[in-house]
Amino acid sequence: MDHIDYYKLLEIPKSASAAEIKTAYRKLARKHHPDLNPNNKEAEKKFKEINEANEVLSDPEKRKKYDAHGNDWKHAEEFEKARQQQNRPPRNAGQQFAGEDFSDIFGSMFGGAGNQGRQARFRGQDLNAELSLKLSDVYQSQQQTITINGKHIRLTFPAGIENGQVIKIKDHGLPGANGGPNGDLYITFSINNDTKFKRDGKNLYADVDLDLYVAMLGGEVLVDTFNGKVKLKVPPETQAGTKVKLKGKGFPIYKKEKEFGDLFITYQVKLPINLSAKEIELFTELSNIKNEK
Amino acid sequence: MKNENLVLIAQFCLHHNVELSFISSLHQFGLINILELGDERYISIDETRAVEKMVRLHYELGINLEGIDAIANLLTQIATLQQELMMTRNKLDTFSPLF
Repeated sequence: MDHIDYYKLLEIPKSASAAEIKTAYRKLARKHHPDLNPNNKEAEKKFKEINEANEVLSDPEKRKKYDAHGNDWKHAEEFEKARQQQNRPPRNAGQQFAGEDFSDIFGSMFGGAGNQGRQARFRGQDLNAELSLKLSDVYQSQQQTITINGKHIRLTFPAGIENGQVIKIKDHGLPGANGGPNGDLYITFSINNDTKFKRDGKNLYADVDLDLYVAMLGGEVLVDTFNGKVKLKVPPETQAGTKVKLKGKGFPIYKKEKEFGDLFITYQVKLPINLSAKEIELFTELSNIKNEK
Repeated sequence: MKNENLVLIAQFCLHHNVELSFISSLHQFGLINILELGDERYISIDETRAVEKMVRLHYELGINLEGIDAIANLLTQIATLQQELMMTRNKLDTFSPLF
């Protein structure tokens, strides 16, 4: 186990007084408190660390042991207790050192009880989860079974979820204390684009290749949309980069049933390559006609 | 509102070991809503999370009511900005070159 320097964590010298420890702890707690840093796992970790450091350094007995034994102070205490137990009659179980890791203790009280004797929590702790889905998956409402803390939960996610969107599933967090309500479950979605479309909210964007002759003379082109192909009329003399809006062929709008954004097509005119002698001759003729005008 | 969606303030204070006066102060500051039914005072169960957060800010970090009010406003702003950031990032991903 790496050495954890509680003094360094609280940014204080080893000679710091109790008042200095308290001040340093309060300052850092205000900076890293999870209520002030929502969805920030780093801050949550740091807050637990400084709590642990404060718990040890603000207690003269624990601090003395920590100064003497460093990280092993807890084991030193256990060893000492075991030795004392060998020499003395057994004590009540309730008085015995629980042997829990401090991080676990703080983990259980995190966000709730604090360090001023308030113990019971009314509402259960919230849980956070991440779920990766493909863009093609979120085109329609999805039923997924996810496993949270060993429990299988079947959920329906509405179509049109955004990448990075967080959805709250009420009451699916940890159970509340003393009959209080459960916490909530927060799911952050990571949407990976597995299609040729680009998505901006409810709208989709795609490039469509256009044959030179169709672009110049007009014609028809088959265009892929998210739910099938659409035949489009291309007017004569269509320029490269021309945009066409296909209304209602975009992405479903979140929580608005049967409402869709638009699909924006950009025509990319493909010039012919590997020209035959005849084609070169004809293009030259066309060029000459153009120059004569 | 049904009673099952309400939390008795006295019970809330007992569970969290906070003074009734603190909850009253939050109400006076316009930070929470209190409902009175008969002789009893309640908060909505939907609001308990916010009240618990305010309790923690006050008792764990020593932040006064003015500070809690300012923090609540700033956290709302942060949430809005995070939402905008997410949308902007997605937009950037949409229009950035594929290579």
